[in-house]
Amino acid sequence: MLSAKDHNRVVITAASPEAEKEGLFPGMVVADARALLPELIVVEDKAGRETRLLRGLGEWSIRFAPISAVDGLDGLILDASGCAHLWGGEEPYLKEILKRLRAIGYHVRGAMADTMLAAGAIARYGKGYPIIAKDNQAATLGPLPCQALRLEEATTERLQQLGLARIHQFISMPRGALRRRLGAQLLHRLDQALGHAEESLEPICPVEAYAERLPCLEPIQTRTGIEIALQRLLNQLCGRLQQEGKGLRTAVFKGYRVDGKMESIGISTTRATHQANHLFALFEIRLATIEPALGIELFILEAPKVEDAAPAQTTLWSGSAGLEDNGLAALLDRLVGKFGAGAIHRYLPEERYWPERSFRESTDLRETPSTAWPTDRPRPIQLLPHPEPIQVTAPIPDYPPMLFRYKGVLHKTAKADGPERIEREWWTDAGPHRDYYTVEDESGGRYWLFRSGHYRDDHSPQWFIHGFFA
Amino acid sequence: MIAKRELIRQLQEELLPLQGFRPPTPGARVDMGLGPVTAAFPRGEFPTGAVHELLSGSPEDGAATGGFVAALLAPLMRDGGICLWIGTRRTVFPPALKRFGIDPDKIVFVDLAREKDAIWAMEEALKCEGLAAVVGEIRDLDFTASRKLQLAVEKSRVTGFLLRHQPRSLGTVAAVARWRVGGLASEPEGEMPGVGFPRWKVELLKVRNGRPGEWIAEWNNETGFKITDHEQTICLPLLPASQNRLVGYSQAGAAG
Repeated sequence: MLSAKDHNRVVITAASPEAEKEGLFPGMVVADARALLPELIVVEDKAGRETRLLRGLGEWSIRFAPISAVDGLDGLILDASGCAHLWGGEEPYLKEILKRLRAIGYHVRGAMADTMLAAGAIARYGKGYPIIAKDNQAATLGPLPCQALRLEEATTERLQQLGLARIHQFISMPRGALRRRLGAQLLHRLDQALGHAEESLEPICPVEAYAERLPCLEPIQTRTGIEIALQRLLNQLCGRLQQEGKGLRTAVFKGYRVDGKMESIGISTTRATHQANHLFALFEIRLATIEPALGIELFILEAPKVEDAAPAQTTLWSGSAGLEDNGLAALLDRLVGKFGAGAIHRYLPEERYWPERSFRESTDLRETPSTAWPTDRPRPIQLLPHPEPIQVTAPIPDYPPMLFRYKGVLHKTAKADGPERIEREWWTDAGPHRDYYTVEDESGGRYWLFRSGHYRDDHSPQWFIHGFFA
Repeated sequence: MIAKRELIRQLQEELLPLQGFRPPTPGARVDMGLGPVTAAFPRGEFPTGAVHELLSGSPEDGAATGGFVAALLAPLMRDGGICLWIGTRRTVFPPALKRFGIDPDKIVFVDLAREKDAIWAMEEALKCEGLAAVVGEIRDLDFTASRKLQLAVEKSRVTGFLLRHQPRSLGTVAAVARWRVGGLASEPEGEMPGVGFPRWKVELLKVRNGRPGEWIAEWNNETGFKITDHEQTICLPLLPASQNRLVGYSQAGAAG
């Protein structure tokens, strides 16, 4: 039984059939209920609990149908088109779903019909056989109360005032009269229930355009089994991608477990590809992280990001395919798969002087530099991650240091170039400019030193070492 | 006598491919611009499609080695080839590579957390025929790992450079050559003041079937290498690793 606070009283919001049998009903104060039934289990009701639970069940039910949606506050809709035959027909299919849900401990009712509204109505109010054939829909809906059509409350009330409590009482009335007296919604709902008007649903898990499913007769527990499933799905998906001249950039391999949990691994590629072998190798690295537990009963392979795959270009004239090389793409994918995308870096020039910002990272291998790499200023081959302070003896105002001490070693300047003043980008950060010097010491080491800011009366600026020249 | 010498030469020639020196296909011959250094290698050719090992001790030497490798990469990457630069503590500054004739956007940097991963990545990269070269900043690797790299390049013909900065030990490594590059004071150009072109002391410590030597190399970003012979040539055999006089080893050893 669920309870919630309402104006300082704790009242029952939902009760189990057993509790209702004992005379409890939603709206009753919990204290009274406790008096009636001391062994009552009271669970506090939180806002949004049902919706969360329903969504969870919707995700669980993806093993039965690719599209599932929440219907009202207490229902789930599965798009079973083309699914039932996998369970040997509609009846065993529905029975299996209901059996599984009941096994978890839910009280469920199910129905199958051609329209969502009809199925929902029959599941909630129907009494007979729950699988409705197309031509039988109107007849089955007939004896149901008008609430089954999910009309606005005012319309339902008016229907009841008019004595039209059952659908068959007004289903064949002239449409014009119904519209005039009861509004257009009633007609629309009737049309929807009978399949004359369109219905829409919002799937819980958006269905990817490029996805393949592989339900298993027996739950899969072994790695070999998972590999076979993956291979088969990849072959199907890649075959389809190839036919359409497309390739995938990301793919997700999902396994739905018997216990309702979902395991998934994802990969991404640097170029659009439909090479099943290559993709399999990428997945293989992560395959060990799939925990089958009691077994996986449904595998899904989705490709959320699909791009046009350029037809394989054969470079006849130039000696190397460069960044377009297939082998390179495969290698980078493998590296990304093993170490993550953060391991791969490629840089393009940026028209900025501040050394740390004079290049930017490119995530696309096909991107070409928009400006040339500058060569007019000396830049060290090795740049320290952060400038490190040094002690110097330097004549003012703007001469390079005569000697400097770095990590306890004294370097005497033999030759020097500079200064090269680099200003900060004042619109992004404030701070002193840097005056860079290229300094060579007596033993032949070449350094990039800078003085941070101007000399002023009260203090002399700090010097830093920022890199080593070759 | 001449016949015998000829026989030995022939046998040596036959041995070379077995040791990883396969003659490059005629179109793939690359001139590294190394001039007299090239003569130190068997057949007088810089071995591409092999793994070179470069040692460095101090950060200054590390920078010199970086510059030297960049200068070697340039001809390898000339026709649009791609280089993979793998390491765990990368300090190379991409824009500076342009001065050595490389487009920095043609280098893909792979930064990994562990040295073990870097070795794995390097092996995988060396197997990839689409690459022009692979640079691995790997401090220490054992013989087996280096042998794997060697086997990979023998198949793929990719050139690999192992940059070993402050290695803890100098065990045997299956590389075609072991280099050591250190910085030298630059020479002023004419009357111009200031710092001149980068100048390095290039030592070829070990080379399979070649003659180790020592040279002075100057890099001019317009004309390339200017190599001058160093007066002395190292005599074989090499000093054992324990007596090696690389700068920075003693500290590295004590720290490690």
